[in-house]
Amino acid sequence: MAIKLHGQPWSNNTVRAMTVLNEKGLDYVLCPVDLRSGGHKKPEFLALNPFGQIPVFQDGDGSVFESRAITRYVATRYKETGTDLLSASSAALETWLQVEGSQFNPPMFRIIFELGIKPLIGMSTNMSVVENESDKIGKVLDVYEAHLAKNKYLAGDEFTLADLNHMPEIYILSKSAKFDLIDSRPHLKAWWEDISARPAWKKTAVSLPF
Amino acid sequence: MASVTVYGTPLSPAVSRVLACLFEKDVDFKLAPVDMAKGQHKSPDFLKLQPFGQVPAFQDELTTVFESRAICKYICNKYPEKGNQTLMGGRDGGLLAQTSVDQWLEAEGQSFNPPSSALVFQLAFAPMFGFKQDPAAIEQNEAKLANVLDVYDRRLGESKFLAGDDFTLADLAHLPNGHILVSKNEDLFMSRKNVGRWWVEISARPAWKKVVEMQNAPLG
Repeated sequence: MAIKLHGQPWSNNTVRAMTVLNEKGLDYVLCPVDLRSGGHKKPEFLALNPFGQIPVFQDGDGSVFESRAITRYVATRYKETGTDLLSASSAALETWLQVEGSQFNPPMFRIIFELGIKPLIGMSTNMSVVENESDKIGKVLDVYEAHLAKNKYLAGDEFTLADLNHMPEIYILSKSAKFDLIDSRPHLKAWWEDISARPAWKKTAVSLPF
Repeated sequence: MASVTVYGTPLSPAVSRVLACLFEKDVDFKLAPVDMAKGQHKSPDFLKLQPFGQVPAFQDELTTVFESRAICKYICNKYPEKGNQTLMGGRDGGLLAQTSVDQWLEAEGQSFNPPSSALVFQLAFAPMFGFKQDPAAIEQNEAKLANVLDVYDRRLGESKFLAGDDFTLADLAHLPNGHILVSKNEDLFMSRKNVGRWWVEISARPAWKKVVEMQNAPLG
C-alpha cells in the first residue's frame, strides 16, 4: 500500500509530515481533507484521528496522527533509508524535540497562523496577536541563539529530527514581515540557511502555497 | 547511591511528572530543591542546567536533560530492564506500540496540557500565590478541556489505557494536572464514565501515590 498523507499543504502540521517523507526520499500521496465542508468531522476521518485534525499518515502497517508522532515514526521505521534523522544522543534529541513542541511552537504557531495561514484560507489577520506573541517568543529565541552558538545543529553535530520539526513554521515565517525574529539572530539565521538549503527541503518548499 | 538528581519541587506538575516516571521505573534519585521564590531558577548556575529557567532539570552521571516528557523518555531508554517495562509501548514493545504511545503523548502535550495547565493556574496556583482569578479564562479553558475529554471518553471506551492495553507514559503524563483538577472539580473527569474509570485506575498506582506523599510532606 502506498503511503498516504491526509492533510492540506497550507497546514504547517501537514508540512511537517511532508518534510520528513521528502527527507527520507519516500513516495506518498497527499489526500486533501476538505475542512471547509467538514471533511475532518466525518466518521471515516474521525476513525483515523478522533480529534478531527490533520495530518493523518497511513502506510501498510498502520495509521498515525499528531505530526510529531508521524515524523518520529517515519524517522524510525525508515531509519536505514536516506538520511538518518536520529543520529544524536538520546538526551539531546529528546530534549530538543520536546523544546520545539512545548516552547517554540505555541507562540510561533500563533504568529504564522495569523500572518501566513489565515490569508490563504479567507480569514483576516489579527495583528495584536502577532505583536503579543512576537514579544513572548523573543526570550525563547534568545535561548536557541545561545545554544546554536555552541552547537551546529540542535541535538549536536548532525541534522536530526529535532531540527526538521522546526522547518514548516520557520519557512512560513520567512515569507512574512516578522522574519526578523530569526534574521536578527546570527546563529539562528545561519542554522536556518543551512537546513533550508537541503535538497529535500527545497523539494518540499516548492510544493507549498506560501 | 543515587547518580540521578532531579531539580525542582514536587509541587510543580512538570517535576511531579518526572518523579512519577522514576518511581514507576524503580530508579533511585535525589531531589534537589530550587527556590523559585528567591529566583534560583534564573540563577546562572541553574541556567546552565535548564536554559529556559524552568523546572525540572535532570542530571545523571552522563548528561543533563530537560523538558519533563523528554526526561521521562530518556529514563525509559536508559533503564529498559528496570521497573515498569511497558511505559514506552506495552507488552508488544514494537514500533507500532511505541508510536501509539508517542501519538497519545503528543495529544496530551498539544491538546490536554494547554487548557488543563491554564485551569491549574487559575484554580490552584492563582489563589495560592495571591493572583486574581479570571472567570473568562476559566470558562474558556473548561470548554476546551471538555472537548478533549469527550474524545478521551470515546477512546477509553474502546481501549483500556490511552495507547492500548497497558499503562504507558501517555497516561502517566496526565497525572500531575489531572490530580490538581480532580481535587478542584471532580465532575470534569468523573462525569465521563470511561475517563472516570481510567482516572481512578491510573491515580491509584503506587508510584503516583508516592509522588502525592512527597507533595503533601511538610516543608523543611
